[in-house]
Amino acid sequence: MSAVSSAAMLEAEKLRGGLSRRKLLDKAFVVIGLSIMLGCLAILAVLFIDLVRDGAPRFGWDFLTNFASRRATSAGILAAWVGTSLIMLVTAVCAVPIGVMAAIYLEEYAPKNWFTAIVEINVTNLAGVPSIVYGLLALGLLVHQFDLGQSILAAGLTLALLILPIVIVATRESIRSVPNAIREAAYGLGATRWEVTKDHVLPYSTGGILTGMILGLSRAIGETAPIITIGALSFIAFLPDSPIKSEFPFVSFQWLHDPFTAMPIQMFNWVSRPDQAFQANAAAAGAILLCMTLAMNGVAIFIRYRFRKKINW
Amino acid sequence: MKLWHKFSLSMVLGGLATALVPQYAAAQSVIKIDGSSTVFPIAEAVAEEFQIAKKGKVRVTVGIAGTGGGFKRFCRGETDISNASRPILKEEMETCRAAGIKYMELPVAFDALTVVINPSNTWVKSLTVADLKKMWEPTAQGRVSKWKQVRSEWPDQPLMLFGPGADSGTFDYFTEAVNGKAKASRGDFTASEDDNTLVQGVENNKNALGYFGYAYYTAHKDKLRAVAIDNGKGKQVTPSIEAVIDGTYTPLSRPLFIYVRDTAAQRPEVVEFIKFVLNEGAELTKEVGYVPLPPQAYQTALKHFTDKKMGTVFGGTPEVGVTIESLLAREGKL
Repeated sequence: MSAVSSAAMLEAEKLRGGLSRRKLLDKAFVVIGLSIMLGCLAILAVLFIDLVRDGAPRFGWDFLTNFASRRATSAGILAAWVGTSLIMLVTAVCAVPIGVMAAIYLEEYAPKNWFTAIVEINVTNLAGVPSIVYGLLALGLLVHQFDLGQSILAAGLTLALLILPIVIVATRESIRSVPNAIREAAYGLGATRWEVTKDHVLPYSTGGILTGMILGLSRAIGETAPIITIGALSFIAFLPDSPIKSEFPFVSFQWLHDPFTAMPIQMFNWVSRPDQAFQANAAAAGAILLCMTLAMNGVAIFIRYRFRKKINW
Repeated sequence: MKLWHKFSLSMVLGGLATALVPQYAAAQSVIKIDGSSTVFPIAEAVAEEFQIAKKGKVRVTVGIAGTGGGFKRFCRGETDISNASRPILKEEMETCRAAGIKYMELPVAFDALTVVINPSNTWVKSLTVADLKKMWEPTAQGRVSKWKQVRSEWPDQPLMLFGPGADSGTFDYFTEAVNGKAKASRGDFTASEDDNTLVQGVENNKNALGYFGYAYYTAHKDKLRAVAIDNGKGKQVTPSIEAVIDGTYTPLSRPLFIYVRDTAAQRPEVVEFIKFVLNEGAELTKEVGYVPLPPQAYQTALKHFTDKKMGTVFGGTPEVGVTIESLLAREGKL
């Protein structure tokens, strides 16, 4: 009897020892994970502070409202930030609906066979194609074949192509995470496939879809190579046509066909200038580009938050 | 759910609208310029001032597709003016001819390729083209790695070379002038398309030697030393605005050009722009760190423009060490 209980105690002792070791490991992992994350944030912070410090003399209203100039102190980024914003608009409007629809089809509708397997592999591979390749494709196809020219539309479509795989992959992941029980319950109540997708799958996966959109657009906003390839300009001292008109039909899409420049191009141009005063401009533009990315992500996070609040099942 | 509907609806509508817009011709006249990034600061300065002078009635855009990339667009008729840091080549003339594009070649400024060393380099007083050839020729690759191997009186120190990458017009001109053939160069040197990287390389390395455009040297005068180059007539000349203008800094000074399409030159705003370039260009050129042409060269170029003198004076082959006067006196060829 006593032998049995002492054996049990020994066993429990062993278990307890193992438990404390495992708890220690658990804590160690938390510490490692946290320090890696803080390390990444610190790198971003150092980068941002460095940019802000270098660019400090240039910050101000003038910098945002002036066009580029040969004089570093009066040169601004008006054409660049307007160009980048409009390109991002075109990119988001094109890439997100198409990407989400493609992902819905692949996840909810497509039969699982060799064809969809090939499509899947290709979509994943496309996400790894260097951006310059998209630039060359766009130059041949969009700029020359479809005759879009060196326009905001061509640039936006190029970047949309570039981020399409990212959006598709993220959306699929997020759709896949919707529990199957929910689909089955909806089908059980007589819902059609589209109703299930529209009313249950999509709202539930919106958070993940928006994360994919953030990742995609954050990549697109900093791309230089593809838009240089399709012929973005470096000096342009006028803005694209206004989208809102005072006479009928009040909206105009002429701006889509206007020439443009973008933030990364303006920065690249300033960094390679002989006059060292332009380095401050490049740093200031870099800090503003970072802010634009953060603002864009902020909007997406806000929308995600709104959607999450509405989910109640 | 409502938000989702609004969201998706606006996305779809936006997409549709995007696809359905007709392409309008630009309402306002735009002068389109593209080409060499070396000429870009000049073109940008002129475009900026011209738009101010015209009070925004004429729009000018400038790109940096590179000399070759610029000619590609130019010969497709996409641009009105092409910036070039070297004369148009045979194949490019061919493309333009096939597309029925005629053009005028106008020199706008000089660029002096500057050979620089670290200020603490005590042994180099001047260099001859033969010295440079010993360092840069293709056969020097892997073989010439010490200063001593260039001239025996120089120290037994490693020779660190910095130069622009193979896509640059500066590289083309330097190799042509030094090695006798464009793009013929050793490959084992630190190459960068960004000249500021070259500046840093030479600045931080006592044994370094590099070359790039004069504007990059003037911006870093305090950290670099420009080497005097033997001009072949027994005279060692340090690059300077005066030496380039009077033609003594040879063979490393080169003219920069703009090419104007003849059909574009029939538009009054383009004519005004070209006149602006040739009249105000000298001041603006100096301001952005380049060397202006002698005043009479601008006058001759202006006369050629108004007389519609077509074609290039080079016949499609690069040349080094030609003076601006002799260039302007030549007959053009399309």
